[in-house]
Amino acid sequence: MTLNPSLRDAMLAAVPSLRAFAISLSGNIDRADDLVQETLLRAIANIDSFQPGTNMSAWMFTILRNLFRSEYRKRRREVEDTDGSYAESLKSQPEQSSRLEFQEFRAALAKLPPDQREALILVGASGFSYEEAASICDCAVGTIKSRVNRARTRLADLLSIESAEDFGPDQSTRAIMAAGGRG
Amino acid sequence: MQTEVNQRKPRGRLGRDVQGKIGQQLRAMYDDVVSAGVPDRFTEMLRQLDDPKNPQEQEKG
Repeated sequence: MTLNPSLRDAMLAAVPSLRAFAISLSGNIDRADDLVQETLLRAIANIDSFQPGTNMSAWMFTILRNLFRSEYRKRRREVEDTDGSYAESLKSQPEQSSRLEFQEFRAALAKLPPDQREALILVGASGFSYEEAASICDCAVGTIKSRVNRARTRLADLLSIESAEDFGPDQSTRAIMAAGGRG
Repeated sequence: MQTEVNQRKPRGRLGRDVQGKIGQQLRAMYDDVVSAGVPDRFTEMLRQLDDPKNPQEQEKG
């Protein structure tokens, strides 16, 4: 199998961001890397359906998101408490999932409904436009906008942010960090 | 656009400062992973797929 080098480079260039997206979705770095690997294999297998000149990164995000969704649906049938198990996976592997300074934020993110979580990450962190995010999630632009807004509102609620000053690690986390940790 | 007395923040609407802070934290968390770059397993995987003399163990799918 030969892959056009420029396509291969574009795929590799998308990997760091794909991983960050996958970790945010799954809450688990091993699952995330498996998702990324599966995404790369699918992308290579289906490279003929990629339209040259379009956004390789967005195309791969779409693949990864669909893979995660079908896996999520499968797991949901197997396990009742999907959100609970997700939260549990965060707790059980703290050093793998997240550095201390992001743990509180990740825990809050984990409490969002999956639709809202992915919309917020795509627009707020991955740097996609609302239009691109809508295409990745296969929904209307207005739907993405409202999901992002609801996600932000809920996060502010969960993190008890009422003003910018309130924001940051909570007091106990701050104490731990001050006491010994250097992130 | 109308100006209203803005003493109380309407429910479900966030001030720009709060949105900004959430965005900042979200990006910091995300970029922490992005800055790790491409793990070897992926570079290696693509290299092997590219090199017919070095067949990879065939993945299904």
